[in-house]
Amino acid sequence: MVLVKDILDSMDYGPSPEANDHASAWLEQHAGGFGHFIDGAFVAPADGAMIDVFDPARETQIARVAQGSVADIDRAVVAARRAFKPWSALPGHVRARHLYALARHIQKRERFLSVLESMDNGKPIRETRDIDVPLAARHFYHHAGWAELCAGEFPDHVPVGVCGQIIPWNFPLLMLAWKIAPALAAGNTVVLKPAEFTPLTALAFAEICLEVGLPRGVVNIVTGDGSTGAALVDHAGVDKIAFTGSTEIGRLIRRVTAGTGKKLSLELGGKSPFIVFEDADLDAAVEGVVDAIWFNQGEVCCAGSRLLVQEGIADRLYRKLRARMETLRVGDPLDKSTDIGAVVAPVQLDRIRALVDKGTQEGAQLFQPSIALPARGCFYPPTLFTGVEPASTIAEVEIFGPVIAGMTFRTPDEAVALANNTRYGLAGSIWSENIDRALDVAARLKAGVIWINATNLFDAASGFGGYRESGFGREGGREGLYEYLVPVWEKKPGKARKDAARPALSPLPAAGTVAGLPSIDRTAKLYVGGQQARPDGGHSYSVVDRAGRSLGQAGLGNRKDIRNAVEAAAKATGWSTVTAHNRAQVLYYVAENLAARGGEFEARLMSMTGITAKAAAAEVAAAIRRTFHYAAWADKFDGAVHATRARHVTLAMNEPWGVMGIVCPDEAPLLAVMSLVMPAIAMGNRVIVVPSARHPLAATDLYQVLDTSDVPAGVVNIITGEPDALAKVLAEHDEVSALWYAGSKSGSAAVEAAAAGNLKATWVDHGRARDWLDDIQAQGRDFLRRATQVKNIWVPYGE
Amino acid sequence: MRSDVGLGHAPRKLALANHRQRNEGTALQMAWFDAMQVNLSAAERRTATLPARRSVKKEYQAAWLVKAVTCIDLTTLAGDDTPGRVRRLCAKGRRPLRDDLVAALGLADDPPRVGAICVYPAMVGPAVKALDGSGIPVASVATGFPAGQTPLAQRLGEIRYAVGEGAAEIDIVISRAQALTGDWQGLYDEVKAMREACGAAHLKAILATGDLKTLRNVYKAGMVAMMAGADFIKTSTGKEDVNATLPVSLVMLRAIRDYQHQTGVRVGFKPAGGLRTAKDALNWLILMKEELGRPWLEPDLFRIGASSLLADIERQIEHFVTGRYAAGHHHAVG
Repeated sequence: MVLVKDILDSMDYGPSPEANDHASAWLEQHAGGFGHFIDGAFVAPADGAMIDVFDPARETQIARVAQGSVADIDRAVVAARRAFKPWSALPGHVRARHLYALARHIQKRERFLSVLESMDNGKPIRETRDIDVPLAARHFYHHAGWAELCAGEFPDHVPVGVCGQIIPWNFPLLMLAWKIAPALAAGNTVVLKPAEFTPLTALAFAEICLEVGLPRGVVNIVTGDGSTGAALVDHAGVDKIAFTGSTEIGRLIRRVTAGTGKKLSLELGGKSPFIVFEDADLDAAVEGVVDAIWFNQGEVCCAGSRLLVQEGIADRLYRKLRARMETLRVGDPLDKSTDIGAVVAPVQLDRIRALVDKGTQEGAQLFQPSIALPARGCFYPPTLFTGVEPASTIAEVEIFGPVIAGMTFRTPDEAVALANNTRYGLAGSIWSENIDRALDVAARLKAGVIWINATNLFDAASGFGGYRESGFGREGGREGLYEYLVPVWEKKPGKARKDAARPALSPLPAAGTVAGLPSIDRTAKLYVGGQQARPDGGHSYSVVDRAGRSLGQAGLGNRKDIRNAVEAAAKATGWSTVTAHNRAQVLYYVAENLAARGGEFEARLMSMTGITAKAAAAEVAAAIRRTFHYAAWADKFDGAVHATRARHVTLAMNEPWGVMGIVCPDEAPLLAVMSLVMPAIAMGNRVIVVPSARHPLAATDLYQVLDTSDVPAGVVNIITGEPDALAKVLAEHDEVSALWYAGSKSGSAAVEAAAAGNLKATWVDHGRARDWLDDIQAQGRDFLRRATQVKNIWVPYGE
Repeated sequence: MRSDVGLGHAPRKLALANHRQRNEGTALQMAWFDAMQVNLSAAERRTATLPARRSVKKEYQAAWLVKAVTCIDLTTLAGDDTPGRVRRLCAKGRRPLRDDLVAALGLADDPPRVGAICVYPAMVGPAVKALDGSGIPVASVATGFPAGQTPLAQRLGEIRYAVGEGAAEIDIVISRAQALTGDWQGLYDEVKAMREACGAAHLKAILATGDLKTLRNVYKAGMVAMMAGADFIKTSTGKEDVNATLPVSLVMLRAIRDYQHQTGVRVGFKPAGGLRTAKDALNWLILMKEELGRPWLEPDLFRIGASSLLADIERQIEHFVTGRYAAGHHHAVG
């Protein structure tokens, strides 16, 4: 034993190990290997394959789990399908009781789960005990509430069905909670695939499901590697895939689920900025960096991994930060005084080393404190790079390790430019004591979660999720629940749009049919940046009526026209920042001018589509009404202040995507355009519209309406032509952030697949026609929600 | 070392604790603190999580608690203090832990004693007498403690009186009015005058953080007190509504760190009021070690102003030694 006298000299902390006897005993009980948890029982894998699970701190094998096969996944999906009907039919209150029981039991097993998680992942017990496990329990509590309230709060919505959920290794139990709690609350059943490296707390959770008497089949857990995940993604019986993990795999999932009709939410990588202004509390910012990048060994998707410091204070901040790094403790994850535990696996450690080497090679200055590292195990020291150039690898690539890349900026504008200079958009942290500056930068950052004078704060009541290639969809809060619900009408049998063979649009002259006095030729060009523009290719095609008579020509737009339109839309940023009142006024003006030309549009619809005068009048009237509807909404689609922590305002702000593509269907050629474009621009988006190829003239007639209604140049751009070809260009365009597509089934699939490039959010109808005259199907909050993304801004306050 | 102003007391050896470079202060440097920002929520986050980030167990915990004992300014500041009461406190300060516990800890050769005995000026004489030969310094509050609302001449006179009675340390209170109105020059001048009045006695400046309210004020007042020559900065008189808290302490420690960066001089820290449990003592020791480092875990740079804390530490140490939970009446009262 160390002498008290000597400790009085050294004043070391000494060892402070968390006992792991319970977790070890549990692992001992299961030394034979864990099966999958399917239909309320642990079952052996169909083909008997098993994989080893390691403790990365001790480099020892601690368990064996089943390697899930296609057959195992199928068995689990069948069980989940069987359980879906009775589970979704339960009153919300009953589901609430189940979720409440899960929350309580996680709490009652908090010590066991904390220790097990730490052993499996390598993260410090301080974090599993104080963060992972309490937040997991909180998530179930919060969603027990949503189960209770769901029916009343989300009228006209029903659960999606069977959800396939794939979670990462960095927060195994917490990510499980983020996935399972909302799914169950909304009435779905799930098949969850934990990460290959860290399956153990999910299996412990399965035992809790048994303990609380959750109906069998509601939660199924199939362990395994990437191939197991792929089998789950591929399974035809899955209605939704929720994935958290790398952008690379997310992109793959987007591609393979394209056209399947599976609902998809992706929470992917990040390279989040941590911005320190000269008026920040620097000591607080230093602690912020610790919590941003040395939390969970930096294996955090929203880790503040790019340190942007105002030039005048950079030396001071770096000095303080280096001093602070000397007091970090890297070591045994089960020691209560450990700050940084083990990296999850040797392969991850290799990746971190390689990227740090690259950073040094590229000329950045490396600092690592002179602290001790354990002799063995997957450990890596806290690492600070300074003098990093935005173009260097370590400024661009997600390292997923305890490494932060520092660079300086001169002005707030430059800070924002650097911060947004990334393909990701998950989170951001802003340090300034000036509220005007902090909120201004928060508004300008392209990221789903912003923390002011804080970092890595989480709560079940707040949405979490990314912009750009950090994915789409939100987890947590009201906004997260929508990922597990669908409008009830979509679940009812629908009318498939006739994929009627339409002759290819021909640029060749059509046979002349004009008789008598020729009318003055009205050639519809394209509409780009508030101007009519000739098609880049110099081609037009003939638009014919039902009888095949030519009604005139429309421009045959090509990819360059789309490029030009996107450029014009990208420039029209003012529309996204003017007041909602201002946008509402413009929309009212559009309605006014549409009404003034009502007769003209009715005649156009009749001649173009052959509908009756009565039907044409109804469509024009509906188009005017719909425009009013979204003019009304423009200043009312409010965000929220989430109830997260005491003395924090957590602002959920609905922000426009920016540049959106909208591909319109053949039916209701005026009403569909207005039903899709008006909500998009009401929310502040700028759009590139591809109208029906068959009936484009109602849309081209809108040019003059737009011109006379004070719609700023570039806000609405209209490109006529072959919709599926233009849709593909839009889907592949990285400047386009969201794309709505109403058209064929195959076109929907193509759009979803092509959108994987920049992971833009898509909304396709899989060839199912809406009744555009039906307000339930064709207008309302669903459109507004799809026209926006939620940014959650955390603002702690106090003096 | 100090000018002999003793009134009937022979010059006595100053406590070991005082044997270090004193803070001579600097000119008033507004630029060092003018633009200082302190974020309350961030400070609270740091102090809320810090005790959970570090843990000391078993013999380490026992040693840390012994360390805490040696840093205690065992205090009585009550209207009913009498020489008898002060003598009893001094006896406790000389022998804060029972001999059997000290022996069990292996510390019989150099038994722990408290950092100082802290009393009102009128009680300095009895305290000095009671501590004679112990090496334990007597600290006296002064300057119109606790409110500081008496004329400056009287406040300075009080210091001189206490020093004359043999006090080796003077715990002064700053004028809150000066801090609250931003009269930093005025505050600087007063504390500097007090430092001069202290002579060789060390000056501990009580900021009365519960009155200053904002953490920015705390930082600035602390910085000004150090510039004026405070050897310690101290949180509270123990008489404000809110006394020592971890966030306030954190900000004062950061001021000490910044002052050291500017001047190279180490200034001590003393939380006072509200530290009652062994766990509190450990939390503050962890805070000192993490924010300032090992040197601040010694009584020359860290003191805890407390009266009831010692009793809880004794119980915890007895539990460590015997494995049984202790009863308060098994330990001598102070």
